[in-house]
Amino acid sequence: MNRYLAKRLVGAVPTLLGVSLLTFLFIRLIPGDAIAARLGTSTALTPEQLASLRAYFGLDQPLPQQYWGWLSSIARGDAGFSIRTGRPVFVEIAQRLPATLELATAAALIAIAVGIPLGLVSALRPRSRLDLLVRVGGLVGLSLPSFWLGTLIIVLFSLYLRWLPNTGGYVELTQDPLGNLRLLLFPAVTLGLGLAAATMRMTRSAMLDVLGADYVRTAGAKGLAPRVVVRRHVLKNGLIVVVTLLGIQVGQLLGGAVVVEEIFSIPGVGRMLLTAIVQRDYALVQGAVLAIAVLFVVLNIAVDLLYGYLDPRIRLA
Amino acid sequence: MPALAREPVALLGLAMVAVYVLVALAVGVLPLRDPLQVSAQRLAAPSLEFPFGTDALGRDLLSRVLWGARLSIQVAVFSVAWATLVGGGLGLVSGYVGGLLDLAIGRVLDVFFAFPAILLALGIVAALGPDPTNVVIAIGIVYTPIFARVVRGPVLALKVRDFVEAARAIGATPLRIVVRHIVPNLVSTLVVQVSLALSWSVLTEGALSFLGLSAQPPAPSWGVMLNEGRQYLEFATHLAVFPGLAIMVAVLGFNLLGDGLRDALDPQRR
Repeated sequence: MNRYLAKRLVGAVPTLLGVSLLTFLFIRLIPGDAIAARLGTSTALTPEQLASLRAYFGLDQPLPQQYWGWLSSIARGDAGFSIRTGRPVFVEIAQRLPATLELATAAALIAIAVGIPLGLVSALRPRSRLDLLVRVGGLVGLSLPSFWLGTLIIVLFSLYLRWLPNTGGYVELTQDPLGNLRLLLFPAVTLGLGLAAATMRMTRSAMLDVLGADYVRTAGAKGLAPRVVVRRHVLKNGLIVVVTLLGIQVGQLLGGAVVVEEIFSIPGVGRMLLTAIVQRDYALVQGAVLAIAVLFVVLNIAVDLLYGYLDPRIRLA
Repeated sequence: MPALAREPVALLGLAMVAVYVLVALAVGVLPLRDPLQVSAQRLAAPSLEFPFGTDALGRDLLSRVLWGARLSIQVAVFSVAWATLVGGGLGLVSGYVGGLLDLAIGRVLDVFFAFPAILLALGIVAALGPDPTNVVIAIGIVYTPIFARVVRGPVLALKVRDFVEAARAIGATPLRIVVRHIVPNLVSTLVVQVSLALSWSVLTEGALSFLGLSAQPPAPSWGVMLNEGRQYLEFATHLAVFPGLAIMVAVLGFNLLGDGLRDALDPQRR
């Protein structure tokens, strides 16, 4: 297991370097001068002022050197300052990360809690009414835009039923656990629904594959009770496939959180990113994109390790 | 196509997609009000005169929703065409040539997979500026590695098959082998992938325009309409219902079609 872990970690280094390079180059894509973009204005500067600012920001150096300088300051924990608030980018991100992580975790739990049981039941009774409902519901769930679902939830639960403040919002879990859960429930459902639908479909097809396998027929033929066959043989083998596919998708929640945070006014990294984009606060945009991407890569490694643990064939290969 | 006729789900998807495409093509000649024409009847509920009601500026929502189909499909078609050509091409070269080139292309594409898809699109649009053309570029870039990966696998399997060896043995050039023997065998894989990519593209364009990063008001874009409607939800729920429903019908249509096509074209799943 340790060798497998080491292999995965080493394999992530080039990817992370690529991510940092892409995030670095991203800011060069911006049309116009990087100085004007950083200042957020196009106020006329004299050529001398511009030159001294370019030198100050290191923009007069060759690109590879700029990248190296940027990368080493990131490694020292310095991603620059937000032009709008004047505070360090990493501080801004660290303050908002817990809300985003909590939202994504809650959404993932909802997706698993809804998707796996429904997918399993549907596979055990193929062509039944429930199966049809699960299949149609799965496709509808996949096609429901989160920004529309969120809007409809606000219409129904805030405006008509008045269960929620119509602005949404967020309180910290440690401050007011009950209030936190109350405010988080609907955003988490909004974010998790698509993944729940995907999980349901994956579980159904994975379980159907396993149910048709020879060893399952053998287990039934030797007289094991159907319940035992499902628990010991079908679930165990089918879930490996589900975990694999779920792992690929669960990180996408970090992207989806941007939209959901905006709808429900949750002060997370995603909402901060959107505000920063609108305000042309590029250091903050760059930092937020980098933070989410690194988190995404780390999460994918964790998932890899998890199924290396579940399925010995993977880690020994 | 005959295989498709046996899949009722795919046919339903095809019908939904057909409606969407027809509306997008024909919206210019339909007897509709100007989607940008403001009137004094603000936030009117759906009625005979205004079947979908009106928005905060008194514009006809039916007309705006139908015009939205054109904007949405333009982005979807161009972005997916880009991804299919560029990504499919990369996958083809990568799989067929193999070796160092395959490794190099794979490494570069891996970097794009290291971002959540919507975040990558968002970042690209943030850098290039909020505009539907830039959304096409962003969605194209996000989907390029996916098409490359989807094509590369089958190419690896196809290039060692006997009929390809035979073509090589009688002296066919690599270009001829790829065009005549490999590409035709990729069509079914690509058709399914294109359909699913179109669904994601419509969804993503909707999300980006909802966030204010695609078409700008007063353009009749579904995402823009939903976002504008958010302020008036209390008095005019219809503003939140119709544009969202339009997005969902388009996305569901492509999903049903893609799913049905996969079942119809893949003998193992039948």
